[in-house]
Amino acid sequence: MSPRMAAVRAGWRRGRIELRQSFTNRPELFSHFLWPVLMLVALFFLRHRDFGSTGLLLGTFALPGILGMNAAMGMVSMSQQLTADREDGTLLRAKATPNGMLGYLVGKVVSVAGGLLADLAILLIPALLIVDNLALGSFGGWFTLLWVLALGMVATLPIGAVLGSVFTTARSQGLLQLPVLGLIAISGVFYPITALPDWLEWIGQVFPIYWMGLGMRSALLPDSTVVVEIGDSWRHLETVGVLGVWAVAGLLVAPVVLRRMARRESGSKVAERRERALRRVA
Amino acid sequence: MVLAVDGLRMRYGDAEVLHDVSFSAGHGEVVVLLGPNGAGKSTTIEILEGFRLRSAGTVEVLGVDPAAGDERWRSRLGIVLQSWRDHGNWRIRELLHHLGTYYAAYATNTIERPWDTDELLAAVGLSSHAEQKIKTLSGGQRRRLDVAIGIVGRPEVLFLDEPTAGFDPEARYEFHNLVRRLAAEHETTILLTTHDLDEASKLAHRILILNAGRIVAAGTTGELTALIAGEDEVRWSVDGQHFHTTTPDSTGLARDLFTQYGASVRDLEVRRASLEDTYLALVRGQEVAL
Repeated sequence: MSPRMAAVRAGWRRGRIELRQSFTNRPELFSHFLWPVLMLVALFFLRHRDFGSTGLLLGTFALPGILGMNAAMGMVSMSQQLTADREDGTLLRAKATPNGMLGYLVGKVVSVAGGLLADLAILLIPALLIVDNLALGSFGGWFTLLWVLALGMVATLPIGAVLGSVFTTARSQGLLQLPVLGLIAISGVFYPITALPDWLEWIGQVFPIYWMGLGMRSALLPDSTVVVEIGDSWRHLETVGVLGVWAVAGLLVAPVVLRRMARRESGSKVAERRERALRRVA
Repeated sequence: MVLAVDGLRMRYGDAEVLHDVSFSAGHGEVVVLLGPNGAGKSTTIEILEGFRLRSAGTVEVLGVDPAAGDERWRSRLGIVLQSWRDHGNWRIRELLHHLGTYYAAYATNTIERPWDTDELLAAVGLSSHAEQKIKTLSGGQRRRLDVAIGIVGRPEVLFLDEPTAGFDPEARYEFHNLVRRLAAEHETTILLTTHDLDEASKLAHRILILNAGRIVAAGTTGELTALIAGEDEVRWSVDGQHFHTTTPDSTGLARDLFTQYGASVRDLEVRRASLEDTYLALVRGQEVAL
């Protein structure tokens, strides 16, 4: 087996080990359940609320959007993990190992993507009991769900890696949360994007969160509900277009930025950050 | 030569941190870079590891310029940095085994890679902790794990940046044995930084004293000690009166004392110049001829 192939396989195992770890230690287990539980509570209160004269229930509308949003949040966890791994020396360890960066990245994609899928299941399965009127059971619906998820992850995870390379400290990662929350607010997750002023509607449509939510709605809602969407259409073509552009951009930029970041890593950099972190605690 | 450094310079902006550093090391040789904090030890080692680009000079590690080292070259190096705190949720055996798999493809007819996980655990004295989570280890145990990871690929060159910081005396003793064994049995070339003189004199085949970015002295412990001749310290008393002097010829001084005072010389004490004296003299900026 070639060394690079061996590293890819090692990365796959690495991802599985880290995924298992994230479900066997308390703080991470807590974060796996916190968000889904909060969302389920919100869905519970929205489940009977009517939504204009469309006959659609707000909870029903929101569930797919939440799923899409959660999937897009893989971007944030990718970015945070990269920063954390840089601070504690994991990344430098990978750099000191032959083909270690390759194994590291494969492992990260496997663990983040696996964690996302697990989180989606944690939310979706109980939500099916709370929310009515979903269009489940059609093959086409599940197929759409899968391709939107897959394409969405390819669009968002590399961007997360870029953000993780650019924002170097845990503190700056915290600042990143604010614009992300703002983006969620204008992405039509809990309420149709058409309720927003035109210019905000346009901004929302630039980013992947809206399109992943739209794709999920097209997969899980009955076709009759399409009337609340822009242009009364699920716009699959546009979904593929926008997510595709993000994916290509991310896959082009991420290797460059990651390589630059890796090149700059050294023992004294890690020691420096460690000292800074200790000063913050003291 | 396994390590060959000639005229190495490093500059950050206007600040020059390494001036014209040159040294070399062969197979199985233990070279210790000794010097105070900020002398340039870590910078030197990072350049050799390929983690930092130098400003000038030639550097070869296993015949390759570290700035152009590929993954095969990297598989022949072992690196132990000053501070790791990565992989806290992993178990010891799990991580050692995992990192070992990256080296398997680089095994040769003469070097089996990676090191067997259980053998390696035994070699660094962590067998009884194999299933423990890394974040629960004590500082000394963690350091031994770092060393284990550094040698999991059976490196031909091992870089150790202040490996024993925070060790208790027993752990230090064990670690020194491990380093000697690696050099003697596995022909591993070891470059180690420390500011602990005692450690340097115990381990090194050769010591390089680095101060303010220059190698101010190089040699074996004995050679370096001999550099400062005439610094033996002699104390004695005659008729209850105490005396104290330093002399290049303590034996001659003692002979004269006995000739002159005979049996009334008491409390005679001779302390030979130590590596510590040499070291302190050097880092205080005294010029010592090589």
